[in-house]
Amino acid sequence: MTRELIKGNVAMAEAAVRAGLEAYFGYPITPQTEILEHLARRLPELGRAFVQAESEVAAINMVYGAACTGVRVMSSSSSPGVSLMMEGISYIAGTEVPVVLINVMRGGPGLGNIAPAQSDYNQAVHGGGHGDFPRIVLAPASVQEAIDLTVASFDLAEKYRCVTMLIADGNIGQMMEPAELPEMRPLLRKDWPWATNGALGRPRRILSSIYIDPPAEEVANLRMLKTWLEIQKNEVRYKEYFIEDADFVVVGFGTAGRIALSAVRTARQQGIKVGLLRPITVSPFPFAVLDELASRAQGFLVTEMNMGQMLQDVQLAVKGRAPVEFYGRTGGMVPFPGEILKEIQRMATTKLSLTADPRQAWLERMLAK
Amino acid sequence: MQKELIIAGFGGQGVLFAGQVLAYAAMDSGFEVTWIPSYGPEMRGGTANCTIVIADEEIGSPLVQHPPYAVALNLPSFDKYEAEMQAGGVLVVNQSMVDRISRRTDITCIFIPANEIAEALGDKKLTNMVAMGAMLACLPELSLKDVQTALSNHLSARHKHLLPKNFEALQRGCDFAREHLAAQTAS
Repeated sequence: MTRELIKGNVAMAEAAVRAGLEAYFGYPITPQTEILEHLARRLPELGRAFVQAESEVAAINMVYGAACTGVRVMSSSSSPGVSLMMEGISYIAGTEVPVVLINVMRGGPGLGNIAPAQSDYNQAVHGGGHGDFPRIVLAPASVQEAIDLTVASFDLAEKYRCVTMLIADGNIGQMMEPAELPEMRPLLRKDWPWATNGALGRPRRILSSIYIDPPAEEVANLRMLKTWLEIQKNEVRYKEYFIEDADFVVVGFGTAGRIALSAVRTARQQGIKVGLLRPITVSPFPFAVLDELASRAQGFLVTEMNMGQMLQDVQLAVKGRAPVEFYGRTGGMVPFPGEILKEIQRMATTKLSLTADPRQAWLERMLAK
Repeated sequence: MQKELIIAGFGGQGVLFAGQVLAYAAMDSGFEVTWIPSYGPEMRGGTANCTIVIADEEIGSPLVQHPPYAVALNLPSFDKYEAEMQAGGVLVVNQSMVDRISRRTDITCIFIPANEIAEALGDKKLTNMVAMGAMLACLPELSLKDVQTALSNHLSARHKHLLPKNFEALQRGCDFAREHLAAQTAS
C-alpha cells in the first residue's frame, strides 16, 4: 500500500467506508463537515445509505434505528451538535446496540467557536447522556491513528455492543498527513442474535431501552458494568515516549499529546529526563501504567486543550504519590511546544507541592501573563 | 531533521495549494510531513495561511510559533511573519505586494517581484509557484525536481496542461533567489 496525503476528516470518513459503514446520518457543523461531504458522495455511489438529517437530534435517532438492524452505522458532529445527541446516545447505550460516533471538538461552551479544543473530554468519558453505561472513547493524535481507530471503533462497538466515540479536534480534522488507508472490506452483514432485521420464520426480537420494572433495569445495569470491566481489562491503549528513565512524565491526549512530544524532545536535548504518556483510549483510561509510573516519577505534567479534565483521572491514578501539575489552553487556543517546554523546565528546577491545587496554580500563572 | 515553513497571503493567491504541493514533494521523498491550514470563517480576499512541517521522524506539533522559513505573498503576511520569524530564518516576500523593506537584520529576506514574473509568464495565478521556487533555493531537503515531480503526480487530470507553465514559474523563482543570494554573498 502506498501512503497518500490525506486530510483527517476525509481519512476518518473513508476509513469508515472501507470498514463496512452501511449507513450514515448527520448534520453539517464545522470543523467536521468534510466527513459528511465525503460520505454524501461515497455512500450513494456504493449503494449505501447517507442521510443529511434535519438536525442532530433526528440524526442520532436515525442512527439508533439503523443500529438495531445490526448494520455498521455512524454519525459525526462537533461539540454543540454532539450535545444535542446526548439523549439519543443514552437510548442507544440502554438498548446495547453498537454505534460509532466522531466528535471533532471545538471551542466552547455554548456556540463557542470553530477552533480546535478538547473540552468535551468529561462529556465523552464521564458524562454524555443520562444513566450509567459503558462507553469506549478513542483519541487519535494523527491522521494515521484517526484511520486506524475509526476502523477499530466498529469492531469494538460490535464486540461490546456499546457506543464507541472518537474524540478528535479541528487540528486532526483539518490537517493533512501521509497515511495509509486500509483495503476495502467486503460488506459482511452479520446476523447478530439480537438484531431486529426481519422476523420471517423466526421468533420476533425486541430491542428497547425501557425496563419499566426496576429489578429488570438493575439486572441490565449490572450486565453493562460487567461489559465495562471486560473493556477495561482488554482495551486500554496508550503510547509512551522516552518513559524508561523519565523523572518527569507529561500526560496528554490527541493534539495536546503530540504537541507535548515536541516539547519533550527539546527538554531531553537540554538534559531534562522527561517522558510522555499519550493515552489513546481515554475510556478505558490507562490507570495501570500511571499507577506504575507514580511509584517512580518525581512529577507529572498534564497538558490539555481544556481547563483540566483528564487531569482529574491522572490525579486519581497518581493518588497523591507525586506532584501533578497542569498546563492547558482553552476556548479554542492551541498551545505551542515552547509553552509546554517552559512548564517542564519550571518543574525540573523548582520544588513542587504535593498538595497545591494544580488548576488554581495554573490559573494564577495564566492571569499573571 | 525538522523544517517548518509557513506560506501566507490573501485567499485566492494559491497559498494552501502551494503548501500542499510542498507536502506532496516531502511525502514522495520519504519524509514525514504535516500540512495544516488556518481555517475559520474566511473568504476570498481575506488572509489565508498554512503551516508545513517536514521531518525524518514522527512529527510532534504541526504548528510553529517562530518559523525558520516563511513565504509572505502580501503585506499583512509580511507584517505578521516578519515579526514572528526565528533569528537566522529565511523570509520570501512578494515584492509586488509590499511597499517597504525589512525591519529585521537577523533574518534573510528575499524580495521577489512574483506578480510581475508570473504575469510575464502569462498567468498571474502562477505567483504562488514563483514564490515557492524562491523558497526552494533555500531548502536543501527538497529539490526543484522533487516539487515538479509532485506537481505532475498529484495535479488533477484537467489541470495537467498547466504543468509546463508551473514548472517554469518554479524555475524562475528559484533562479531569481539564487542570483539574489549570490549577489548578497558577493557584496
